Amino acid sequence: MKPLRSIGTAVLLTTLVMIQACGGGSTPADPPGAPSGPPGASGATADKGGAGELITAADLNLSAVDPAMAEKGKTTYDVKCQACHSTGENRVVGPGWKGVTTRREPAWIMNMIMNIDVMLEKDPEAQKLLEECLVRMPNQNLSKDEAREVLEFMRTL
Amino acid sequence: MKRSLKTTTLLLGSGAALFLLFNTMQGCRPQTTQAAVTGEAGSKTYVKPGSYDEFYNFVSGGFSGQLSVYGLPSGRMLRNIPVFSVNPESGWGYSEETKPMLMTTHGFIPWDDSHHPELSMTDGVPDGKWCFINGNNTPRIALVDLGTFRTKSIIEIPNCAGNHSSPFTTPNSEYVISGTRFSIPMGTDTERDVPIESYRENFKGTVSFIHPEPESGKMSIAFQIITPGMNFDLSHTGKGPSDGWFFFSCYNSEQAYSLLEVNASQRDKDFIMAVNWKKAEEYAKAGKGRKVPVEYYSNWYNDETHTGESTVMKEVLQLDPRELTDLVYFMPCPKSPHGCDVDPTGEYIVGSGKLAALIPVFSFTKIQAAIAAKDHDGDFMGIPVLKYESVLHGEVKKPGLGPLHTEFDANGNAYTSMFVSSEIVKWSLKSLEVLDRVPTYYSIGHLCVPGGDSKKPWGKYVIAYNKITKDRFLPTGPELAQSAQLFSIEGDKMELLLDFPTIGEPHYAQALPAELVKPREVKFFDINKNKHPYLAKGESETRIERKGNEVHVWMTTIRSHFTPDNIEGVKVGDEVYFHITNLEQDWDVPHGFAIKGAATAELLIMPGETQTLKWVPDQVGVVPMYCTDFCSALHQEMQGYVRVSPAGSKVELKAETRSVDAGS
Repeated sequence: MKPLRSIGTAVLLTTLVMIQACGGGSTPADPPGAPSGPPGASGATADKGGAGELITAADLNLSAVDPAMAEKGKTTYDVKCQACHSTGENRVVGPGWKGVTTRREPAWIMNMIMNIDVMLEKDPEAQKLLEECLVRMPNQNLSKDEAREVLEFMRTL
Repeated sequence: MKRSLKTTTLLLGSGAALFLLFNTMQGCRPQTTQAAVTGEAGSKTYVKPGSYDEFYNFVSGGFSGQLSVYGLPSGRMLRNIPVFSVNPESGWGYSEETKPMLMTTHGFIPWDDSHHPELSMTDGVPDGKWCFINGNNTPRIALVDLGTFRTKSIIEIPNCAGNHSSPFTTPNSEYVISGTRFSIPMGTDTERDVPIESYRENFKGTVSFIHPEPESGKMSIAFQIITPGMNFDLSHTGKGPSDGWFFFSCYNSEQAYSLLEVNASQRDKDFIMAVNWKKAEEYAKAGKGRKVPVEYYSNWYNDETHTGESTVMKEVLQLDPRELTDLVYFMPCPKSPHGCDVDPTGEYIVGSGKLAALIPVFSFTKIQAAIAAKDHDGDFMGIPVLKYESVLHGEVKKPGLGPLHTEFDANGNAYTSMFVSSEIVKWSLKSLEVLDRVPTYYSIGHLCVPGGDSKKPWGKYVIAYNKITKDRFLPTGPELAQSAQLFSIEGDKMELLLDFPTIGEPHYAQALPAELVKPREVKFFDINKNKHPYLAKGESETRIERKGNEVHVWMTTIRSHFTPDNIEGVKVGDEVYFHITNLEQDWDVPHGFAIKGAATAELLIMPGETQTLKWVPDQVGVVPMYCTDFCSALHQEMQGYVRVSPAGSKVELKAETRSVDAGS
């Protein structure tokens, strides 16, 4: 039950941030004491991204592809992403993933996975994709670690 | 026979005259549809769009067998939770996973009549974890999980008929009780096959103590207490000083078995039965009871396999208060008592004789003293009867006509519903004086104050649950929705704020602050924890398999398609099982599934859940299937086909989803 509740909280916070963003148009500043370790270092979901704050390039530390992480990302892909995204170039429901890490910034990809509502509200590229696909990408409630693993899997494609 | 029929007509005739008299009496019900409502009432119930209500109100669906959830003060219906009756909206009782929930020793029962919601409690206060509700007709008790707002378990009650004085719970929900409305003969076939006129010798009542496991919510019967043959009506647990006791109202101490309307109204007083359940628990644990062979079902919904499981229990432990003499006492109560309510301090037990022109209030301290002093007024079928005067705290004189039920606020006031005179009467527990009265519209049954039967009522409102609504809403043919009415009780005078229509009969209800329920909310099921035996965890696990004439389809849904969406090789007469996993992990995105000609309802599959529809195709052709719950701009495109070939056909079994331009 517990993980469900924390995910629930994350959704609620996401919604709150979204409402705030819609109302004021400004992105809230980092809360004091927000964790800033390397991605995947902590199991918490309530850090950046999980709380609906947009992830920036500075939050990601990409080095050589980590095969173990990529493997985990593939597992998540099979359960939660494959229904709409092929690992090839062509669109199924959403865009194909082959080469996606060369087309998009890693932080942008992370935000599309974790903060889809905020992205569709604010990001012109995300809005362009919605016009093309006409299906709002489901929020599959990935933790930040899971999203990072999926990104790693994308890097192998 | 002829003579008795004549008597019947005469008595019914005078009954009708009496009824007319009551209804034409001044002040028995409002004279017009316009009740006194001030201009401020509207602003007190207005909950602006996007805002939450302050309270959840769990209202029984009466003869619909369901439990509906309203927000207060708006009166907006938030949910109708299927419990004892099949429900096409969610496929409850239609999907293979939920069918076991409605299994009984009589087989699959798709309907019941539900009366009393009861919130689970911690230390005598509703905790927002569960809501219990009874099935009257085929005696059952259900536990609804307030995390999922779904029925989590249902237990059948053996040796019970008309499960009415249920499901009230002890202060920490150690037990939920069930009392039989009808007494019946029990035991072997021979012992049960007796003349009805042998009621006095052969008919017995039972009250059952059901234990819900605190974590899982699985239920079993801890013990039953055998009682003299009578009818049991309502019940409430003791609390504070009276914790450890249970009180039940009984009627028909005449032990009549025909035309009870007359024959069970002969005596001036019936009883309230006081049961020392802590003592009963001790005796049960010490093996002082008798294990009696019975059969009953205990059904439980497993949130990991998303599937109901039925267990058949084979015996029940019975305690006989004629042998264990300090378990049960009767207190005389005028006349045909209905409600039986314990005040927040636990000291006062309020009876309401629905045919009595007064409300008796009993004192727990005096009950204990009378028991200690053996202050008896004889016995009833071997059970001691305590002296009325010895246990009485006092009587509320001339409160109104037809007192039924009483709930309490936090300031020492009681609110009693008056069925015949259609009003709520507020009175003081201390002085027993009537303080205020308001008309209801009309024929009020139960009423509810948030937390009003607990140790700490939240007060603020009293809600009337009415049986008759005519002239109150737009006409809708001969039948109108029954209704509830919301009154403010914050001032000295009760103030009508709102009418709202309800589902079925809004028999009883309970309410508690939304803040106690909201944090427990489950928003979707984690697909990685799904242990359904036919789970397809992702589209790569979808497939089709034949086992004799059974065809199993592992199918997935996500906005906006099914996988597979094309199936061939199914034959007329096959039993096709669509096991559908909803891959969504987002709040409030269920997908529906319907297929042409299916003999049942659709499915509605929550995010992360797997549900199964059984379909037996009876005609050759290509049969469409589609999603019934609008899910996205491309919802209408969420569809597929099943090709059905004649029995004996050689068409190869296959299932696929073809993507025109997928790269791989």
